Amino acid sequence: MSVARVEPRGARAPGWWGMALFIVAELTLFGTALASYLFLRFEAPTWPPPGVEQPDIVLGAIATVLLVGSSIPMLLAERGIERGSLMRMRICIAISIVMALGFLAIQGYEYSAASFSWRTDAYGSLFFTILSLHALHVIGAVLIVAWLEVRSLAGHFNREHHAAVQAGALYWHFVDIVWLAIFLVLYISPRF
Amino acid sequence: MATATEARLEEIWGEEPGPASWFTTGDHKRIGKRYIVTALIFFFLGGVEAALMRWQLAQPGATHLTPEQYDELFSMHGTTMIFLFITPLFTGLANYLVPLMVGTRDMAFPRLNAFSYWIFLGAGIFLYAGFAVGAAPNGGWFAYPPMTGPIFSPGINMDIWSLGLIFLSISTTVGAINLIVTILKLRAPGMTLARMPLYVWAMFVTAWMMVLAMPPLTYANVLLQLDRNLGTHFFDRAYGGDPLLWQHLFWLFGHPDVYIIFLPAVGIVSTVIPTFARRPIVGYPYVALATVLTGIIAFGVWVHHMFATGLPTLGLTFFAAASMIITIPSGVQVFAWLATIIRGRRPVFSTPFLFAVGFIVVFVIGGVTGVMFASVPFDQGVTDSYFIVAHFHYVLFGGAVFPLFAGLHYWFPKITGRTYSETLGKWSFWLIFVGFNVTFFPMHVMGLMGMPRRVYTYSPDLGVDGLNLLSSIGAAVVFGGIVLVAINAIKSLVSGERAGADPWGAATLEWATTSPPPHYGFGSIPVVTGRDPLWEQPELGSDLTLTDGREILGTTVTDAEPEEALPMPEASVLPLLTALGFAAVFVSLLLGSVPAALLSTLVTLAFIGAWTWDLGGVPG
Repeated sequence: MSVARVEPRGARAPGWWGMALFIVAELTLFGTALASYLFLRFEAPTWPPPGVEQPDIVLGAIATVLLVGSSIPMLLAERGIERGSLMRMRICIAISIVMALGFLAIQGYEYSAASFSWRTDAYGSLFFTILSLHALHVIGAVLIVAWLEVRSLAGHFNREHHAAVQAGALYWHFVDIVWLAIFLVLYISPRF
Repeated sequence: MATATEARLEEIWGEEPGPASWFTTGDHKRIGKRYIVTALIFFFLGGVEAALMRWQLAQPGATHLTPEQYDELFSMHGTTMIFLFITPLFTGLANYLVPLMVGTRDMAFPRLNAFSYWIFLGAGIFLYAGFAVGAAPNGGWFAYPPMTGPIFSPGINMDIWSLGLIFLSISTTVGAINLIVTILKLRAPGMTLARMPLYVWAMFVTAWMMVLAMPPLTYANVLLQLDRNLGTHFFDRAYGGDPLLWQHLFWLFGHPDVYIIFLPAVGIVSTVIPTFARRPIVGYPYVALATVLTGIIAFGVWVHHMFATGLPTLGLTFFAAASMIITIPSGVQVFAWLATIIRGRRPVFSTPFLFAVGFIVVFVIGGVTGVMFASVPFDQGVTDSYFIVAHFHYVLFGGAVFPLFAGLHYWFPKITGRTYSETLGKWSFWLIFVGFNVTFFPMHVMGLMGMPRRVYTYSPDLGVDGLNLLSSIGAAVVFGGIVLVAINAIKSLVSGERAGADPWGAATLEWATTSPPPHYGFGSIPVVTGRDPLWEQPELGSDLTLTDGREILGTTVTDAEPEEALPMPEASVLPLLTALGFAAVFVSLLLGSVPAALLSTLVTLAFIGAWTWDLGGVPG
């Protein structure tokens, strides 16, 4: 029995599996967070509580477009490295980072503009905790892919050898997609 | 295989013994042993806490301990046994055994493996530092708010607890991911999923449960920290929060955790019994399936810890039904073990076999009281009494520690290369078995007579003096039995006879290599054709030696077809440095210092960056 001598690459590398399982744990974390929100929401007579305005859905929608949209350049970045184009990968990742920073800027504005805080009541606690938890993940994802940019300059990746890029991109997509669930629960569901 | 191959492999995989490699090693065998020894130290500490409590409870109205001390002792006893002893011990054993059982040379990510050990050690010290500063956790191992909230627990006791558990969950999650990838990707050629040893099946399901159960616990602890230190209101009824949210989140972790503790034990029993009954296990597919089903159903029964909280009856009925259903896969396993013993040749009554059979006896008793608790009215009558203390010690001590001792004796020759004394082993079994029942059986009766759990003393009017004294005597006997296990281990390490590769005549791959195994595990990667390779295949070796560099064999997920040679990372100090960085973050949070927390986060990120940089493209 003999083994082809190939470098680990593509979706089958152990690193990819490791990242996928880490994302499963993270999804459970966000699932728990949103379930906690709904648990307290259905115990409350009015939601949001009296005197607290609904989250700004227009601003939220713009943020959503920016963040979820940033997955598109990330996909192009993956395609770039698969075809051996480091430059395409670097430019696309940079675009994704800029879009994510735009998302974080909108979030920062919402924090400062809100008329309530996490101390006001359980609604405020849930709202700010879930948003902050997600924002920390966006920052984490930005750091991961920014580090991939640095490593690509040092020649760590090529057409055959880029499992770390795929793992980083997978994490990026996870952070974007989980935001859709958060947007649905925090911004849209209180209106019904 | 020629010795030239082995010399070459030793050159690639070998490590200098001594302190330098101590801090850098990624060898799963060294890390596994380290996990086991550290967890046993925590077992000893948890045992001392139990002994102090039994000393206090031996007579009514005793004043050896203050109520405050008693609170700290029972909180740390539960926390230690669950989080710092049994779970890490089983993780460590799996760390040692799983790569050998699946016929590979290391875990999928050796550096992450080192990292998860260091985090475990750090979190254990963090939790125990409470005693040093006179503020050990004191809110019980499930820490219900509002009692553990900012108003009723103002000290740092519960901050130590909740931050310590968040810290520890990093280790548990990362370790579980490492195990899953190892089992999925590194099995020897021919070891399809349907041929995987049952112990590996059990650890595979356990690791999945860890990945899915730790996040609710972590999230609950984050919320508790925010409520305590940043003024949020998650568990505060006055502001729209709800203490029941904590209970749901905690038990959404907590009940699966019972099976995270129990399934590895089941895996050990399913390994030990066929070896000593001298035949393959009866009903392999049913036992494997029962393991998976237990893992799934375990996520649907958590509310049975909350039957007395006033939830709607319809909901309770659902959870009562689920709690009764979960006994079915356990029953399947028990009957498979009994059938294996009956249909096998005359069993060898060695120490591991005795512990495995002792486990079946006490676990069935614990299972019976478990079914009683699944019934809502009965639960509401006896919950929070000593009856529940008796029940969960039968399933946790009986269900996990007995199999653990079976496993530790069974694999002692493999891990140390020496045999232990059967005479001392049997003595320790009988001391522990008798002492265990004398300690915990009377607690059923005390509970029915109305003795509440977690109270530091009781009145002579309750009529439980004699039972309590009996229970305390039993605890002393158990303690003696465990000390005897330790004496046996130390004595055998020093002067035990050399063990051969396969002293039991067992079937699984870890017995195919020398005892203790070389750094590289196997000279050539075995190619397996059945479930019991050592019984079925006289010649296991292959020409897969992978001597070109530090490499292991990657195979396909379901059929274990050889796929590629995977490069493995060299030893490194970065996992330790990263773990120290995390420790600094958690200490800063405990001290409430934002600048220190930010600084240590940056340092930790720098270490993680260096770690990934250092790997280049190697998984690690």
